Amino acid sequence: MSVSFTVASRCGRMKRQMIIGREGMSDVMRVGLFVTCVNDTLYPRTGRAVVSLLERLGVEVDFPAAQSCCGQPLSNTGYRHRAEALMLRYAAAFQGHEYVVTPSASCAAMVREGYPRIAARAAVEGRSRAEVERLSKAAARVVTRTYELTEFLVDVLGVTDVGAYFPHTVTYHPTCHGLRMLGLGDRPRRLLEHVRGLELRELAGAEECCGFGGTFAVKNPAVSAAMGADKTRAIRKTGARAVCAVDNSCLMHIGGTLSREGSGVRPVHIAEILAGTEGRVL
Amino acid sequence: MSRTYVGMPAFPRAAAVSAGDTTLRANLRTATHTIRAKRAEAVAELDDWDRLRAAGAAVKDRTLRHLDHYLLQLEENVTRAGGTVHWAADAAEANRIVTGLVQATGESEVVKVKSMVTQEIGLNDALERAGIRAYETDLAELIVQLGDDLPSHILVPAIHRGRSEIRDIFREHMADWGRPAPEGLTDRPADLAEAARLHLREKFLRAKVAVSGANFMVAETGTLVVVESEGNGRMCLTLPDTLISVVGIEKTVPTWRDLEIYLQLLPRSSTAERMNPYTSTWTGTTADDGPRAFHLVLLDNGRTDTLADQVGRQALRCIRCSACLNVCPVYERAGGHAYGSPYPGPIGAILTPQLRGLTSPLEESLPFASSLCGACYEVCPVAIDIPDVLVHLRERVVQGGETTIRGTRTVIKPAKGHTMERAMMRTTGWVLDHPAALRRGQRLAARARRALPRRLPGPGRAWSDTRDLPEVPPESFRDWWERTRGGDA
Amino acid sequence: MTAAHGAGPGPGSRTSHPSRERILGRIRRALADVPSYERPADHPVPRDYLRTHGSRTPAESVDLLADNLSDYRATVHRTDTAGLPALLAELLARRGTRSVAVPPGLPGGWLTDAAVEPVVDSPSLSAGALDAVDSVVTGCALAIAETGTVILDGGPDQGRRRITLVPDHHVCVVRVADQVVDSVPQALERLSPARPLTWISGPSATSDIELDRVEGVHGPRTLEVVLLVEDDR
Repeated sequence: MSVSFTVASRCGRMKRQMIIGREGMSDVMRVGLFVTCVNDTLYPRTGRAVVSLLERLGVEVDFPAAQSCCGQPLSNTGYRHRAEALMLRYAAAFQGHEYVVTPSASCAAMVREGYPRIAARAAVEGRSRAEVERLSKAAARVVTRTYELTEFLVDVLGVTDVGAYFPHTVTYHPTCHGLRMLGLGDRPRRLLEHVRGLELRELAGAEECCGFGGTFAVKNPAVSAAMGADKTRAIRKTGARAVCAVDNSCLMHIGGTLSREGSGVRPVHIAEILAGTEGRVL
Repeated sequence: MSRTYVGMPAFPRAAAVSAGDTTLRANLRTATHTIRAKRAEAVAELDDWDRLRAAGAAVKDRTLRHLDHYLLQLEENVTRAGGTVHWAADAAEANRIVTGLVQATGESEVVKVKSMVTQEIGLNDALERAGIRAYETDLAELIVQLGDDLPSHILVPAIHRGRSEIRDIFREHMADWGRPAPEGLTDRPADLAEAARLHLREKFLRAKVAVSGANFMVAETGTLVVVESEGNGRMCLTLPDTLISVVGIEKTVPTWRDLEIYLQLLPRSSTAERMNPYTSTWTGTTADDGPRAFHLVLLDNGRTDTLADQVGRQALRCIRCSACLNVCPVYERAGGHAYGSPYPGPIGAILTPQLRGLTSPLEESLPFASSLCGACYEVCPVAIDIPDVLVHLRERVVQGGETTIRGTRTVIKPAKGHTMERAMMRTTGWVLDHPAALRRGQRLAARARRALPRRLPGPGRAWSDTRDLPEVPPESFRDWWERTRGGDA
Repeated sequence: MTAAHGAGPGPGSRTSHPSRERILGRIRRALADVPSYERPADHPVPRDYLRTHGSRTPAESVDLLADNLSDYRATVHRTDTAGLPALLAELLARRGTRSVAVPPGLPGGWLTDAAVEPVVDSPSLSAGALDAVDSVVTGCALAIAETGTVILDGGPDQGRRRITLVPDHHVCVVRVADQVVDSVPQALERLSPARPLTWISGPSATSDIELDRVEGVHGPRTLEVVLLVEDDR
């Protein structure tokens, strides 16, 4: 899968070069925004930031209303069969999009790793060939086209300086799925390093899980809280005013813990930092 | 009689207790963080690590897919080299075989090399019931045995004990088992190691029977391999007259050459060394050198049930290095005992429910004892996709389904206590599949947002006891989009 | 059929046979998804990992061996054929050794300079007797540079496994010309699995206290390795 992804992203870069190379740029790049159910419901600000950022970079953003949730919460809790309908819905909603961009590493990882697995498991279970085929086709259609936001910026658009302004001290928490499933590497950092006014503070034990883990947070609350407390301690130690990440679900846990601790450190999605400009700081 | 894992509570309850134990948390944090950094360095020395890892996984997969073939080959070659092979379908049978073999020698004590599998089957208790005393000789196992405790780590069973606790255990209990601790014993690790050396030496010198496990068994040659550090393994493997090795059937590798992969992967993953101090290999018996009688007890005890699960069987690749424990944020806070078996940490969370079956609330809770952060998979030297198997087992817990118990295919019912969750997931799944309904819900919440509490009652407290809830925004993204970009819905 | 035959009257001999068939049957049923035509070799094993890590001249390999041995707290010495007896004598004297265990095939002349009482290994030499011996001097079968390992295979200049285990001081002589390999894969192809092998990488150690390495538990707490450059003669 990582192989096909690399190929896809290379194609994407070539295509963009072709588009830009053409006179007048009549052919504007158009992407489908997968905002995710969490952002849609609880963090619309992040979705709006992605729209504003991408439009500023000359990308046309489309929001298919048929979209909903990637299915990860169901699948990771043991209800994979219930996630199948959501996977088919995702594939149908973004059928016409060559690029799907999402401000969630975890949801992007679900699409890229989880979807092919859902299809594969259906085959192992001995489901009908037609069903397996339907699932595999849906997965195959979206796996190579789905990008986490920072991947899309760095790999497809080829930018690390998005012209952003954010005059605060910030520390960056690399989320587990971004770090270990998508392999985002230093993409988010490179983007943050180019933000004017932003001072990046190193987070000790950055690669350690914050303790969210979806339903883990409520099924094992004591351990989840202990992990969260260790994470927020490290965050507070940086002295940064804000903690940023590529996923609002982790930030909901981190931010909720910080807030309960009475800390003033603000959780902020990377999209909101990158969308800020001198005229308009989010 | 030592403590047992029987009747332990489900993971969240036990883990909550240990997460609140500050001494334990500090001990585990120091130990796991020390080894974590060292492992990373040891692995970084080899620029073909990923290729070794892929080969390590592939050789184990080949073995597992043809396990009957390789076990027969192993049996033939061990027998030809002068060993005797026994087969044990479960713990009780393995214990019976070993007890009988010890009794046949007329001895009433044995020395033991650290062995996970004999912990798994409860061999020491079985021997004790037959009037045979088993002396653990690995330093950490000794600490556990003297402290009447349970192991909490694969490599370092007494990881939950700090140095001063170990000193106290030695001072208090060594005399009950033989040579007492030296006068004025300090808590310097070197002094503690010296105390263990003195305490155990007399036992090594007089032992007539030893019990061991093995890290690898080579089918094509009948060779067994024990990888260790202290030399207690060498003592047990070479001084006594009779050696009994109890080994899980999944420890087989096809060829002598295959060891070139694992003897690179294991030490670096485990103790973060280029090579561990001692590795012993033996093939049957050797005239005038080492034990005159060698017995190999091949153990199933749930391994074939695990093998029957196409997704879960990768857990049988495990070479017990403990790298996954050392990087696991959940293990670090929950401690090993919460996992209720000799196999703690991420690997235990997928191995125990498969070896034992989903037979009690403990086993049913283990697949959920993970935030799915993926650190375990990243460090696993045989590429066991632990998060994937965890999710797979979660399905089995919440939905039931086909599984194999003691060799028989069975359909199990969903575990108790998930009824409400199932109903919730059904509703959630439906709502998410109907965006119009999702929108209605969002609008309802937005209207009531001022009245929504920051803390939840009832089951919601699991979240809001330590975390504030996010504020519900006045307008969902989809409503904003529709309002500003004009309904493309 | 090489069915298990228990040693004597143990219960193992009575019960093992049916369990053998039961376990093999369970395995075959568990593997129902593996096509019946699949042979073990059909399942691919990529062996594109390296045979050695980096390329070195023989001299560099010996240096690496020395570095890695020292890194794990073995003491390394270098000498030639002529210097060996004096070096061994010095190492033993420095230690205050009076009695030294030796394998029956220790090359003549190695210990001629040492004022020690040799205890020659034989099947009648008990563990208790060995416990009273101060040191042991042996050769080896092989050494691995990349891991800092010496390997004993019970050859005539190495003796039974126990003689290098019970005494607290082990002096191991490596003939650098033909006994040093670079890597684990190279070592395995030169070793015979039929012989009992002991791989030694530094003195005995433990990480059992707070996962921190401490040298010196049950095996020899002092390991001295002599890298011997022999004359061409």
